[in-house]
Amino acid sequence: MPSESTTTASELLAILSARQLRDGQVVFAGVGIPLLAATLAQRLRSPGLTILFEGGVIGAFIEPGRLPPSTNDQRCTARANMVLGSAEVLLLLQRGYVDVGFMGGAQIDQYGNLNSSFIGDPARPKTRLPGTGGGNDISSLTAMIVAMKHEKRRFVEHVDFITSPGWLRGRTSRCESGLGTGGMFRVVTDLAVFDFDEETRRMRAIALNPGVSCERVQANTGFPLAFAPDLQVAEPPSAEELAMLRYLDPERKYTA
Amino acid sequence: MPLDVAHPSASQYPPEGLVPSYAQLRKELASRDRSLRRKVMSLEEATSLVNDGDTVGIGGSTMSRTPMGMIWALIRARKSRLSCVRSIVSSDGDLLYGSGICDRIITSWFSQGILWGVSKVMRHHVETGSAAYDEWSHMAIGMRFRAGAMGLPFMPIRSMLGSDVVRQRPETIEMICPYTREKLLLVPAINPDVALIHVQRCDEFGNAQIDGLPFMDVDLAMAANRVILTTERIVSNDQIRRAPDHTRIPFFAVDAVVELPYGCAPHECSGVYEPMMRHMESYVAQVNANPVDGMREYLEQFVYGPESWSDFLAGIGVEELIRAARAGRSIDDA
Repeated sequence: MPSESTTTASELLAILSARQLRDGQVVFAGVGIPLLAATLAQRLRSPGLTILFEGGVIGAFIEPGRLPPSTNDQRCTARANMVLGSAEVLLLLQRGYVDVGFMGGAQIDQYGNLNSSFIGDPARPKTRLPGTGGGNDISSLTAMIVAMKHEKRRFVEHVDFITSPGWLRGRTSRCESGLGTGGMFRVVTDLAVFDFDEETRRMRAIALNPGVSCERVQANTGFPLAFAPDLQVAEPPSAEELAMLRYLDPERKYTA
Repeated sequence: MPLDVAHPSASQYPPEGLVPSYAQLRKELASRDRSLRRKVMSLEEATSLVNDGDTVGIGGSTMSRTPMGMIWALIRARKSRLSCVRSIVSSDGDLLYGSGICDRIITSWFSQGILWGVSKVMRHHVETGSAAYDEWSHMAIGMRFRAGAMGLPFMPIRSMLGSDVVRQRPETIEMICPYTREKLLLVPAINPDVALIHVQRCDEFGNAQIDGLPFMDVDLAMAANRVILTTERIVSNDQIRRAPDHTRIPFFAVDAVVELPYGCAPHECSGVYEPMMRHMESYVAQVNANPVDGMREYLEQFVYGPESWSDFLAGIGVEELIRAARAGRSIDDA
């Protein structure tokens, strides 16, 4: 176990992405870092945050040290407000009850499109990945926060396959394809936090993580990045944030 | 081109036969014996309700309430050419592909579990082309079951539009809504030939009660043309009638009842046991190290080898079963 002073990339990701959530929101969280970060936000400063899981849970209240292996396990239901069918919880997105979707990502492009289906040509894939799950539904129907490791091979100009739509081909293309709501809101990585330009819908750095330079972010990104004129530097993880995170995930299931 | 319902062109439609006609759907249902009768049978007897080439709907999701015992029995019965459809697929999909009884899986996510990365068994079969994985969004799978359960040929949805997931699915149709002039995606009903569903309890007629997450199992049961229930225990009809608000599947939708304690092992059954993680971890290590030989050895040791389901459970081990049961029964203690 790392000492108090060392923070792993996954821990940083969980803490910085938890800061994107607001008290009173309804958040649809995927398994892994999103589940952990949403729980961190709920326990630390947003007791009114309502967490939804695609297994069919409203108002999840995850128990420290009992993180579920997926968002479909009975551990997700402990102390929840409601369990319901998995189609029913996904339909809440379509009806409009969800403020923000929160997912991890394997590969992302300049417009925030996510790929979790194929590496290489889908007709003859080099690697078949697990697929969308609820990712496509969440990203089609609500505003999205994505938390992911920042590597050049994961931040590409064009994804091999659009599993979960971001802003598609930029500008008004998302709306024209029939997706009238939602869209990529924030991408949080172990290097920086990004939003998307309101007109072009291209990815833009708005805050650097502590000790990270613009050059380093660009060097780890497979397309030319924009940087916001008022580029911020994120506050480092506080002792309180780290302590709560390690209390929630003592086995380091998600933060190894 | 989106389909304009006011001016449809025949070439824009998917092939005929993808969805059964309403007459066919009603004929299938009318031919079933829906009388109030005892349906209890053995696991082996229940396998005769599944025919080679059937479309099989599988209840539960990921590692939860998976009818693993029924899948185990179908592998032992050497079924073939099954197409399986489920909300999210875990190691059940590995076993279906690896045993060769299934050559197509229709789902939204397929790997053993997020903790273990990408299933090498799934990758091996899909990347070599020996089996197909048809990917739909999770909600689309739910709406396909829902349409089937409602006796309707399709449901409109607002996701999948604009993505490459929809480009892989010629079964879908983009439509301009005649009311709002907005784009919608139509997904076809799915009425599986047979559904496999595991529940905590049911009576001998098939009135089934489900605790915890119901997933898509009610729609699946109502959409399917036959339903096989496996259950942790068979209870009296009086007990069902004491809590009718817990009954999720009515007896007339059920064709077979099999009492099968620990019927989801090594997956979980809400309130009864959690996943048997030691078994899962060693399984994943073995098949991901070698998706062909590792799988063959697993099937020999844990599927073909055991004399019975109890013998299979003995292979998982009493200590592991008790650990899983203790965790499952204490889920609401917090």
